[in-house]
Amino acid sequence: MRRKPISIFLVLIVAGVAALQASPQTQTPQPPAPQGAPQASPQTLPQPAAPRSALTAVVLDPAHGGADQGARGASGIAESDIVLSFARLLRISLEAQGLRVILTRQANDDPSFDDRSKMANAQRGAIFITLHVSSTGPAGTVRVYSLPQQPAGASASSTPRTGLIRWDAAQQGYLDQSRKLAELIQIQMAQRFQGSPETPAAVAVRQLRTIAAPAVAIEVSSVSVPDRTPLDQMAPLMADGVARAVGAFRTVYETGVK
Amino acid sequence: MSRGLKTTIAILAVMVVFGVITLPSLRQAIQRLSGPPKTEEQARRDVMQVPISTPTDVKVKAQVYWLSASSMASLEATTIELPLSADPVERSKQLLVALITSAPTPAQHTLPPDTSLLAFYLQPDGTAIADFSDALPAGTPSGILSEQLVVDSVAQTLAANVDAIRQLKILIHGQEAETLAGHLDLSGLFPVSSPAPVPPPAAAPTPAATAPGQAKPTVPVATPSAPATQVPH
Repeated sequence: MRRKPISIFLVLIVAGVAALQASPQTQTPQPPAPQGAPQASPQTLPQPAAPRSALTAVVLDPAHGGADQGARGASGIAESDIVLSFARLLRISLEAQGLRVILTRQANDDPSFDDRSKMANAQRGAIFITLHVSSTGPAGTVRVYSLPQQPAGASASSTPRTGLIRWDAAQQGYLDQSRKLAELIQIQMAQRFQGSPETPAAVAVRQLRTIAAPAVAIEVSSVSVPDRTPLDQMAPLMADGVARAVGAFRTVYETGVK
Repeated sequence: MSRGLKTTIAILAVMVVFGVITLPSLRQAIQRLSGPPKTEEQARRDVMQVPISTPTDVKVKAQVYWLSASSMASLEATTIELPLSADPVERSKQLLVALITSAPTPAQHTLPPDTSLLAFYLQPDGTAIADFSDALPAGTPSGILSEQLVVDSVAQTLAANVDAIRQLKILIHGQEAETLAGHLDLSGLFPVSSPAPVPPPAAAPTPAATAPGQAKPTVPVATPSAPATQVPH
C-alpha cells in the first residue's frame, strides 16, 4: 500500500523528463514580425497532429445573424437569412457523403468571429466553410476565397518555445490546403453558374484568419435581386457542387497531395 | 430741386448700389440656411477635405482606380490631371481626396463620397497609414467583393502614383478596426505594389465613362480573381 504513492511520483518524474526532452524539438525558428504589426495574441492552439487524420467533419458557418443581418437588398432580402438556408441544404448534401456537419449557428443568433472559430478548432479532421451573400457583383455568380499567402519575414503562426499555434494566425499553417479546397469549389461553381470566375481569389477574410483547419469563404451574388427566388434556385446547385468538391478534397486532405 | 430732396435721392442711390452689390451673397446665405443641416461628419469633411496644395505641386496625369463602368466587380484605371506634390505624404493625400470626390460617375465610387481622409502617415520602411472617417465602414456595401474593391482601389491608386509606399494600413477614426464592413480583415497590412503596365486603350472612351477633364479609361487591371490583396499577420 505504501509503494503506490512512490510509483506515481516516479511516473510523474519520468513524464516530466520526457516532456523536457520533447520540448526543444517542437521549437521552430521565428522570423521577425513586421513593423507596425500587432503583437501576438496570448491565445494559442495545439499544432496540427501528424500523421494527418481522415476528413470526417465539415463546419458550416452561415455568416452574420441576430442584429447583424449582413448585406441587405432594397427588397428587404437579408444575407443572414439566405446563408442559413444555404447551410441547411448543404448540410444534407454533405451528410449524404458520410461527413459529420456542424453549423456555427442554427437560428437567428450571432456568434462572434472567435466563437465560430472555437467551434471549428474543437473538431479533428474537419474543414471550415463560411457562407456569404454579397451586396454587389453580377447576380447569379459565386466567388470562393481563401486567405493570401504570408510574405517572407511576416510574423509566424506559431509561438516560440511552445510550438503552439497563435490564435490570431491559426490559418497560416493551412493556407495551401485552403487554397486547394477553394480551387476545387470554384471549379464546381464556374461550371454551374455562368459568369463565376474560374479560379478563387486570395482575400483577407476575417473569419478565416482564426481557423486552424482548411478554410474557405463562399460568396454568392447578390442581395440586389428583386426577391429571393433566384437565390433559392441557386441553393441546390451550389450544395451539389460544394459537396462534390469536398468529396474530391478528401483525397487531398487524407493523402497530403498538393 | 431742394437740397433736402437731392440728399434723399443721393442716399437712395447709395442704398440701391449697396443692395446690388450684396444681393448675390445674401441669396447664397438664404440658400445655405434653407438647405438641410450639416451632419457632424459633413462639417468635419468640409474642414478636413479642402483641396490640398503645396509649393511643389505640379500638374501631372495620375492614374486613379475606380469601379469599372462595364463591370461593377472590377476596378479600372482612369487617368486624370491632378496637381500633385513632390512630398509623398501630401501627394498621397491629394490622390486619396481625388479618389473619394472625383469619380467619373456616382456608380463608380469605391469609397463612399462622404468619407473623409482624417490623417495620412508614411513610415521610413514604406508603410503608409491612412486614417478614414466612420463614413467609410458605414457607407461601404457589406460583402467580401465590395470591401475588397474598396481596399484595392486605395492600394492601387497609391501604387500607381507614389513610389515610396510598399504596404498600407487602414485605420478607422484613429482606431484599428476588426473589419471594414463585416468581412475584410483590417488588422493586417495590405501590399502596395505597382500595377503591371497596361497597353494603351484601343478605343475612345464612352461619354458615360469619362467625366469632363478626364482622359481615356484604361482596360481593367484588377479582377476579383486577382491574388493576394492583403498580408494577414
